Amino acid sequence: MRLELAGVTKRFGSLVANDHVDLTVEAGEIHCLLGENGAGKSTLMNVLFGLQRADEGEIRVDGAPVRFADPGDAIAHGIGMVHQHFMLVPVFTAADNVVLGFEPTRSGGFLDREKAREDIRRLSSEFGLEVDPDAVVEDLPVGLQQRVEILKALHRDANLLILDEPTAVLTPQETESLFAIMRGLKETGRSILFITHKLKEVLAVADRITVMRLGRVVGTTTPAGSGEHVLASMMVGRDVELVVHKDDAQPGSPVLQLEGLTVTDERGVTVIDAVDLEVRAGEIVALAGVQGNGQTELAEALLGLTQPSSGRILLDGKDITRATPREALRAGIAYIPEDRQAEGLVLDMSIADNLVLDVHDRPPFAHRGARDLTAVRESGEHKLQEFDIRARSAEVPVGTLSGGNQQKVVVARELSRPVRLLVASQPTRGLDVGSIEYVHRRIVEERDKGVAVLLVSSELDEILALGDRVAVMYRGAIVGVVPPTTGRDRIGLMMAGAGVPA
Amino acid sequence: MSTTEAPAPAPAPSTSRQPGRAERIARRVTEANLAVVTVLAVVLGLFVGAILIVVTTGQSFGGVGRAYGALFAGSIFSPSAVGHAISTGHGWSAAFTPLSETFVAATPLIFAGLGVAVGFSTGVFNIGGQGQVIAGAICATYVGFGVDLPVWIHLPLVVAAGAAGGAVAGFIPGLLKARTGAHEVIVTIMLNYVFLYLLSYLLVTAPLQQPGQSNSISRTVPQSGRLPHLFSGGLRVNGGFLLALAAVAGVWWLMQRSTLGFRFRVIGSNPLAGRAAGMDAKMATILVLTLSGALVGLAGMSTLAGTDFFLSTGYGGANGFNAITVALLGRNKPQGVLLGALLFGALTAGGRYMQAHTGVPFDLTAVIQAVIVFFVATPALVQEIFRLRSAPGEKKILLFTKGWAG
Amino acid sequence: MSTASLAAPAAIVEGRLVSVSRVRGLGAFLVLLAAVAAVPLGLGTRAGVQAAFDFADPPAIDLGILHMPVRAVCVALGVVTALLGAWLLAGRQRRGTYLVFTAGVLLFLWAFLTWVARNNDLSFTQLLAETMVSATPLVYGSLSGVMCERAGVVNIAIEGQFLAGAFLGAMIGSATGVLWLGLVAGGLSGAVLGALLAFLALRYGADQIIVGVVIVAFCTGLTNFLTEQVLSNHQNLNAGATFGTWAIPGLARIPVLGPVLFHQNVFFYLAAVLLVVIHVGLFRTRWGLRVRAVGEHPRAAATVGIHVLRVRYRNVILGGVIAGIGGASFTVGSIGEFSAGMTAGLGYVALAAMIFGRWRPFGALSAALLFGFAVSLQSFLAVLGVNIPSPFLSMAPYVITIAVVAGLVGRVRPPGADGVPYSPE
Repeated sequence: MRLELAGVTKRFGSLVANDHVDLTVEAGEIHCLLGENGAGKSTLMNVLFGLQRADEGEIRVDGAPVRFADPGDAIAHGIGMVHQHFMLVPVFTAADNVVLGFEPTRSGGFLDREKAREDIRRLSSEFGLEVDPDAVVEDLPVGLQQRVEILKALHRDANLLILDEPTAVLTPQETESLFAIMRGLKETGRSILFITHKLKEVLAVADRITVMRLGRVVGTTTPAGSGEHVLASMMVGRDVELVVHKDDAQPGSPVLQLEGLTVTDERGVTVIDAVDLEVRAGEIVALAGVQGNGQTELAEALLGLTQPSSGRILLDGKDITRATPREALRAGIAYIPEDRQAEGLVLDMSIADNLVLDVHDRPPFAHRGARDLTAVRESGEHKLQEFDIRARSAEVPVGTLSGGNQQKVVVARELSRPVRLLVASQPTRGLDVGSIEYVHRRIVEERDKGVAVLLVSSELDEILALGDRVAVMYRGAIVGVVPPTTGRDRIGLMMAGAGVPA
Repeated sequence: MSTTEAPAPAPAPSTSRQPGRAERIARRVTEANLAVVTVLAVVLGLFVGAILIVVTTGQSFGGVGRAYGALFAGSIFSPSAVGHAISTGHGWSAAFTPLSETFVAATPLIFAGLGVAVGFSTGVFNIGGQGQVIAGAICATYVGFGVDLPVWIHLPLVVAAGAAGGAVAGFIPGLLKARTGAHEVIVTIMLNYVFLYLLSYLLVTAPLQQPGQSNSISRTVPQSGRLPHLFSGGLRVNGGFLLALAAVAGVWWLMQRSTLGFRFRVIGSNPLAGRAAGMDAKMATILVLTLSGALVGLAGMSTLAGTDFFLSTGYGGANGFNAITVALLGRNKPQGVLLGALLFGALTAGGRYMQAHTGVPFDLTAVIQAVIVFFVATPALVQEIFRLRSAPGEKKILLFTKGWAG
Repeated sequence: MSTASLAAPAAIVEGRLVSVSRVRGLGAFLVLLAAVAAVPLGLGTRAGVQAAFDFADPPAIDLGILHMPVRAVCVALGVVTALLGAWLLAGRQRRGTYLVFTAGVLLFLWAFLTWVARNNDLSFTQLLAETMVSATPLVYGSLSGVMCERAGVVNIAIEGQFLAGAFLGAMIGSATGVLWLGLVAGGLSGAVLGALLAFLALRYGADQIIVGVVIVAFCTGLTNFLTEQVLSNHQNLNAGATFGTWAIPGLARIPVLGPVLFHQNVFFYLAAVLLVVIHVGLFRTRWGLRVRAVGEHPRAAATVGIHVLRVRYRNVILGGVIAGIGGASFTVGSIGEFSAGMTAGLGYVALAAMIFGRWRPFGALSAALLFGFAVSLQSFLAVLGVNIPSPFLSMAPYVITIAVVAGLVGRVRPPGADGVPYSPE
């Protein structure tokens, strides 16, 4: 199948998300769409899949213009999509998810679940995507959930498969096997549109590459015709430093010590399994692992958001295992949560209010239960300067800021207290390159001031660039702690559960 | 209250010239801003009421005119009474009776509306107004007849007892929600019935029952436990109204200026962010429902110590439920609640007058109120009906509550 | 704020989240019940007093009267209940918690009924038949809730749909003299209100709980107004005719079960049919799979070409029909005449039943039966002259609902997108 986009434009109010985008995907081609967060890739895909309607332009499938009123139309034209945030119903089985919308039925509208299972087994073996049809999706690891998502598209006979940032949740080895599946699909004559911001992957798998920036197509190239640096500067529009500059760490005394820390979630599942870990002053310990292996829960346990069932957490030698979040913050923990909008910010409140969320009831921001709004405002304006937050004033709602500036608000708040330990969970997720550089620089600066840093990230590049030591988590346990010079492949294997290299 | 849409970006600066004053006013009244939507909602409410009158009585629109004339005369002023007062110089209290009655009816609605609004702003839906009104009134009655003290101690005690009774009734669902996850919507509604039956039990039991009575009527609060009238000449408006105004100011200060109110608002908007910043969401839930109940309890106290002085079966009537509509009408802002309560107070006072003078049932006003709130809760609908322009910065979708999982 | 930290480990038991402390709490409650059964009820009764259970209810076969020694039975049941409570208190096993707890409560009820029947003829059959009658509107209400919330729309307007259905059912049934038309009119009025809820919530994204509450306020005001303005002047519009009972040939003669299940009116049978149809529909058919997908994750449903809003409109209107018929059961299905505010908050109780039943038809049925039993027991006790003030008896069903929601249900998991507005873009 051959897909053409011609002059596709999509506006949101005054913002132009896609500005006359042209793109052609040939039959049997793996075409990469490369761009940083906010470049307009996702909007383009939503238009292509019928989730949003273009304001201008045309989509052609095999030369014929098409109009997609909803995803059903796109599917009918042979387009399948694997969404970055999986479009799976968590409480359904894999089989129910795969057949949803195209259910095999017996007379009277009754589901034919046996046929559904058979379909899945057939597709699984055909494409090497093993999944238990009766497993409930929310119980599956993310890698398997992605398989269900791919099976769903294949079950509808997709000839063009859109993969939206599919490797974010995979180990390097799983990424390799995904690439193998993609190449296999290509052999069958299917086309693949692969959306990503990771340069290495583009070069590894693409036949052709289209680069987007600020809603426009910057150019189309091939892996042979470009290297990482060329692609990076096309994507960002300037020369980009691909490495973080930092000196060797000068580790001091241990700040954070975890001794046999175990956390059981509300369903009785052990999510943190007897973790021993030490983070010293002036070092960054990077916690690597595929998303969903306990990193989030570990960060939450440190902050007192969940109570461990056994083990101890020591901060500067003091036991804070049973501390409430308030006590943990007061003890000197700074916390950059992984989802800033859900856990870090109150979007409809002002920047100034968000900056004092943790200290709103202390002088100078409050006296005897009454807030001092002048002090809050002045402090807010000051922080705008200090942390380079781009906003008209500290009084605007934080929800109106860009993702990068929202994250700067979180960083500004958390680093405004006396900090002993910085827990940064996915601190650059979804940010543009400029903001990523900013956050990385800030983290290294904190380290150099003698703060102990625990960095949680599912981006291996970030782990290797920032970590002074790398701890790898798998199924709630620390598989091993290695220096960042350990090869990517070796760490990748550890992320899949293999032991420490001898 | 939370919104699903981020506030719209500020309008682009106008290109050529500053619009004149008249033009600015013309713009303001044709766009879907808060005031315009509310006024149009009232118009629509009265329109639906008019249709009901015509359909059920078979009268022409003259009947509507008479009914709504009575509604006005019973709540704002009656031209004949005012004319009489002006020409003779006497009967001024009669001229002011409708306004006085509006204030009297608004007083409990202000208290209870504030209570519900405080809950909403913390993401808690208190539908237990009926029960909390009764709880407040029961406690105020006990203290009212149970002790014999000088008025300057007795009256504050009555007021405090009303607040305490409501607070207890609000604390129960708060504790259950925080401890067991029981949804406050279900628990508060169930408590309404529990308090209704509790009241009917107490009314036939000593010491609350009026001695020598077989009817369900309580003993009467003596003069020292009553809220004083503000004017002589038989106008019923009393100190409760002033207390309600003070409560408006107090709640405003609490929500906008105090650290506790800040925590309430953060928890209401994003409890996860609040928790990560060290706030105790469960404690906030308990506190806010207790406070909400206390304010609603004051509503029960204000009618008891202000106008009624004794309890009877089903005390408090619809005040508890109307508090919800008042809070919605006032968009959870204390000033808004005050205006909303005055409007519904006027409808209540006028509605009684209307029933007495034209025979149109009082319940019509309940229908009108419900219709008004329908439209206030869906500004986009009003905007479509009247083809208004979008107001800059106005939120199109209003969400006050959270689902069962909240 | 629902991500509560649980110091004690917890487990999913029969689909619910149960912590050890909750199991222990349930155990302690059983021990308390056991003590009540054994001491005041059992030992407090003179030896030799007999309880009489009457098993002679037409059209069932006459089984005569069963006599039981009150003291011995109560003490024995108390001991067994205490053992069950102790097992829960030990807290080692969480599997089977609800089974054991339910068994304990039933044993206590047996003891209590034995005590009640100590000087009277108690018709167990009638008690259960009354339970069915009281539970029927709740089944309609909770099924309405299931229909709406499984598709992701909170319908808190059930109380209003009850009122409208009850009013129109009585009025149309009386005006035409055809009760069936009353039932249909009830359903239609519910449908109109469901459509209103769907229209405001789905098209304009209005807060569903708020719209629901306002619909209730609207219906309360309107039915009060019309009762005063229309019905009170036209008695012929509120004549009070009701559906008679139908005995199902053969089955109705089974002792106990016959009068309870096979000698009821059309509303009961229709509720039973709806219960099965909705259960099978939700979990076995394409329709149900799509409805549940829309309620759990509407975007996922949309990306496979399901029309989310269309599914929601359809379900909310159907849910309205069901609640409206349930409303008609208050008048043409039971006492005939409409009176203002006659639904007495049962629409909300139905919602609690739905939550207790975890959004499943048969789960909701169990809660409806529990509440119905409390109501019928209350009226039996009042008739038998048990020495409890009647307001407390009337209060009991509501207190039980609170206890159930707080103590037994705990945190439940509603459909993922319940109450969340959906916009296609």
